[in-house]
Amino acid sequence: MAFNPTPRQFKGLKAAIFILALVPFARLVYLSVMGSLTDPLAFITHSSGDWTLYFLVMTLCVTPLRRLLKWNWLVRLRRMVGLYAFFYAVIHFTAFLWFDHFFDVAEMWKDVLKRPFITVGFIAFVLLIPLAVTSNNAMIRKLGGKRWQWIHRLIYIIAPLGILHYWWMKAAKNNIGQPLLFAVIVAVLLGARVYWSMTRKAKAQPARA
Amino acid sequence: MLIKRSSSHAVPLGSEITPQAIYEARRQFIAKMALGAVAGGALWEMANREAFAQAPSGAKIAATRNAALSTTEPLTPVKDATTYNNFFEFGTDKSDPAENAHTLKPRPWTVQIEGEVKKPMTLDLDSLMKIAPLEERIYRLRCVEGWSMVIPWVGYSLSNLIRKVEPTGAAKYIEFTTLADKTQMPGIRSRVLEWPYVEGLRMDEAMHPLALLTVGMYGQVLPNQNGAPVRMVLPWKYGFKSAKSIVKIRFLKEQPRTAWNISAPSEYGFYSNVNPNVDHPRWSQATERRIGEDGFFQKKRKTLMFNGYPEVASLYAGMDLKKFF
Repeated sequence: MAFNPTPRQFKGLKAAIFILALVPFARLVYLSVMGSLTDPLAFITHSSGDWTLYFLVMTLCVTPLRRLLKWNWLVRLRRMVGLYAFFYAVIHFTAFLWFDHFFDVAEMWKDVLKRPFITVGFIAFVLLIPLAVTSNNAMIRKLGGKRWQWIHRLIYIIAPLGILHYWWMKAAKNNIGQPLLFAVIVAVLLGARVYWSMTRKAKAQPARA
Repeated sequence: MLIKRSSSHAVPLGSEITPQAIYEARRQFIAKMALGAVAGGALWEMANREAFAQAPSGAKIAATRNAALSTTEPLTPVKDATTYNNFFEFGTDKSDPAENAHTLKPRPWTVQIEGEVKKPMTLDLDSLMKIAPLEERIYRLRCVEGWSMVIPWVGYSLSNLIRKVEPTGAAKYIEFTTLADKTQMPGIRSRVLEWPYVEGLRMDEAMHPLALLTVGMYGQVLPNQNGAPVRMVLPWKYGFKSAKSIVKIRFLKEQPRTAWNISAPSEYGFYSNVNPNVDHPRWSQATERRIGEDGFFQKKRKTLMFNGYPEVASLYAGMDLKKFF
């Protein structure tokens, strides 16, 4: 499955993904403005949360796909996908601060501390901020590749926290099909990395004859 | 002065005659315009029918407004009240019941009444509706999820039915069972709740005049998605306490197990009275959003104790409502 887009194709692909990733946002705005939704505020909250998770999972897919398909160029799309995850997370958080608490930060803070599913969601959101801030070439240069990479490994904590947030939010409804699906996908994606890192170490230390 | 007289039967120049292709095209164009208008009209009508389909299209029900037990707050648009529903027997999304409930057959329908009563009976819908005069009551509805509506229901106080069947002295609780029929209710296939859906009340709660045995809303028979043909409405309790599409009413000595309490006992208690001071474990119950009214630019409104029905407070005198939530 060796596929290597020409620079032109890559540009086109990137532009297409950029636009496609805005479709959920456009839909959200359109449906809310059209007034066809009975509870637009709940819809915005849920849909932005869903899309944050979808984009988080997509960023986690990049490395395994690169390894399996040798699609190295995928890595050059990852920043954009990651920033979209942050974009939808910002909408999700804003919806919470606005619709649930009408910008009363003290009230919001109480909610964050009181309810475990909000606590973990909030932590995941805060941890995403340094990733978004350092998602540019200047920051990579400034920090140095190694340190930059360490910061971006926070995603291994953020993604499970995001799933946990979703799981706990749904838990009591006996309706955990979707969170379970997310959990399995993320477990496989992170598990693959653990497996690869272990086999690499095993190769690096050949058994003594 | 030279006046050019044109002869009345002058033959027009060839260049002035509209070529056949063009006049045919014009005629086609006119025909298409007409057709377009007709088609547009038809589409418009279909669109309207679609809009009407969302409103209850059932038979009208005659009822006398009970003003004393009605709020004067603005009604929730009927479209919202009939398309934004929690009725898990038809799916877990709010839009599912309106989409799927057409498979429910609300007639013929019987309600079986049994247990600790002197006169157990099975009533068909018509006899059930004749037990007491139908009243229209405009009640607030507060969902446990934090939204609310104002709905004009049609029914009569459940106490009328209870008196008719004469509970024994041993009857302390009443239990409502919702239909659980896979062929009529696609949601039953999911394990999201234990089926059938069961709800219950203490006998004194059931006897309270506000407890409404309901057969209609907005002046018409109940739409399927709202719990046709007969449901409870208990305005001082969270919405899920009001069982829909009731097939059985039992009078019991012991407190019945109820659907949401079985599913998540730490989140949904037997009483489930609207109470702004007792949070749901996952969200606050202090405020609510009125569907169709409260939008982006105002704070959520304060939730009232017993949903603004203080007349039920005496039922719970001396009870710790934090414990019996």
